Amino acid sequence: MQPIARLPLGEYIEIGVKWMTNNLAGFFTGIREGLANLVGILGDLLYLIPVPLFIIIVAALSWWVSGKNLAIFSVIGLYLIYNLQLWDKTVLTLSMVTTATLIALVVGLPSGILMSKSNTADKIIRPILDFMQTMPAFVYLIPAVYFFDLGTPPGVVATIIFAMPPIVRLTNLGIRQVPEDVVEATKSFGATPSQLLFKVQIPLAIPTIMAGLNQTIMLSLSMVVISAMIGADGLGKVVYEGIGQMNVGKGFEGGLAVVIVAMLLDRITQCIGAVQKKSGKVFIQQLRDKHSQNKSI
Amino acid sequence: MPKVEVENVYKIFGPSPKQIIPLLEQGEDKTKILKKYKHTVGVNRTSFTVEEGEVFVIMGLSGSGKSTLIRCINRLIEPTSGRILIDGQDITALSSAQLREIRRKKIAMVFQNFALLPHKTVLDNVAFGLEIQRTNIEERRRKAKEMLEIVGLNGYDAAKPSELSGGMQQRVGLARALATEADILLMDEAFSALDPLIRKDMQNELLSLQQKMHKTIIFITHDLDEALKLGDRIAIMKDGNIVQIGIAEEILQNPADDYVREFTQDVNRARIITASAIMRDAESIVLEKSGVLIAARKMKELGISSLFVTKKSGELLGIVTIENVSSMIRQRKEDLETIIDKNIETVGLDASIDEIIPLFLNTKYPVAVLDEDNKLKGIIFKSTILAGIAGEGGNNDATHC
Repeated sequence: MQPIARLPLGEYIEIGVKWMTNNLAGFFTGIREGLANLVGILGDLLYLIPVPLFIIIVAALSWWVSGKNLAIFSVIGLYLIYNLQLWDKTVLTLSMVTTATLIALVVGLPSGILMSKSNTADKIIRPILDFMQTMPAFVYLIPAVYFFDLGTPPGVVATIIFAMPPIVRLTNLGIRQVPEDVVEATKSFGATPSQLLFKVQIPLAIPTIMAGLNQTIMLSLSMVVISAMIGADGLGKVVYEGIGQMNVGKGFEGGLAVVIVAMLLDRITQCIGAVQKKSGKVFIQQLRDKHSQNKSI
Repeated sequence: MPKVEVENVYKIFGPSPKQIIPLLEQGEDKTKILKKYKHTVGVNRTSFTVEEGEVFVIMGLSGSGKSTLIRCINRLIEPTSGRILIDGQDITALSSAQLREIRRKKIAMVFQNFALLPHKTVLDNVAFGLEIQRTNIEERRRKAKEMLEIVGLNGYDAAKPSELSGGMQQRVGLARALATEADILLMDEAFSALDPLIRKDMQNELLSLQQKMHKTIIFITHDLDEALKLGDRIAIMKDGNIVQIGIAEEILQNPADDYVREFTQDVNRARIITASAIMRDAESIVLEKSGVLIAARKMKELGISSLFVTKKSGELLGIVTIENVSSMIRQRKEDLETIIDKNIETVGLDASIDEIIPLFLNTKYPVAVLDEDNKLKGIIFKSTILAGIAGEGGNNDATHC
């Protein structure tokens, strides 16, 4: 026997969710339509690119940011996806990931900056982020369906919630990690707070912010796949159908496509931050060449 | 009007710093304030003035509050109480926009660990102060190039700070501070992170730049040699208080307390202490008024074996020795002038001990200290030199030879 009455937390949540579904329907419909359109437009844009051209673009980008190996991998991987007739689903997944990531960025970057500037904001936002990240993803698939019905939009919403914390956290961390004396030096020359932020803190935080972006993209991808459970389209749907039909082959094909997309997204976004460094190295090399030329003259 | 005036500045760290000031005024101990009231006293009622064109060095060990104090001057740290006047304007009363204007135009700062912007090129680092002021890009790059030339770094425009050595990075830091043409430079342990040889170079370079530019420099260091070398005046800080302010020699000769004395123990005094500080009062006779008998009596009185001879005007003529004087007396000759030995060593008032010591190799007489008009101001014996190096002042007791 329980010493005190059990707190009916679950019931309260349900009442709250019901109230919101009934009273904020217009608001949710608006978001639903907006997200559906955004994903649709992005998908259409990606569809517009012929498959060979798409593969070439990705390979060239891979070569630029990383090197030959990644370029070869991207050609083989993307061709395999095309060959398995999963291209359409992949494009849809990509457009969902892009939409979720963009929105996570638009909300997450300013939140991260706010956290870095104000300890109070930090104290308030941090537990919210913990909640968003550690609450099992399936749990907020349910209210997402309440608010946005089945389909792609609730999938994107759940993805945004799940994928946003890293970009917020790492933006905050990156800005806070800027050496104190650099901040002092900037102030000592009479910089305004916005000059400090945009000329010094954000540029110096970029590598950390990029790591956050990479994490956000990877989490988006994993959540987009899971949200197939609530009717979101894309590669997740292929996997989910494979599970539903006990079709191991189909599930594996879909899963493999997810892995290929994930590896490409990860390597490319990881390397973008390093491109700057690379050009720096090239520059030193040029300096040395010049030096040795001068000597020989 | 002084360039910078610091008046009764306090900086106390903690939740309610203002309440601590009365306690400090009552003479409450800082460790007690830390333990009982949980407040840290950074700067405790400090006042000093810095004149235009002066190099003012603030020296102290780490934790003495010197870095906090220098940051109060451009309000990177807000003083808890007190006034700071720059060109007569109280900057503690300024709004943040006015303060930015002061920081842009009047005060520039150089940092211990250079604090360069790693994502910008050397040229853009130097131009950074001007970028903040929204100077257009051609103008600020032109100015920055000029500054790089001044600090001897032309050709490094496009390099990133991380590609430069420590000494070169600090030259960039210095160029960046000079580029805004602020007339006050705050240098926070600017050379402390450099190795000793580079450090010496930078000190010399700063001194030669200063001769051309006549900035007002407030320089923080924990190194007394650096302080003595650079400072027109030196303030010594301990536990948030300035315990002594003075020129190098005053601090070496008359340390205000044991703390300062301990600081000054390792200094090569011979390089710093001057003739005027160690010389004894000049015992001499005036030629026009004296003969050999007076000379003999004076030497006997003082128990010395030689005596300088001057004109009535005080101008030095030479020295007479007891041997010559006695032989004159035996020969019953009167004229002192014939036995004056003009072969003596003389130094100016500001000659250092290092310069004086070699002179004793050439002469058996004491060294005469003369002013600009060749008037005899004092005498240095071999023993005076030793006393000077040991840190005793030139007290005028008559323990000659």
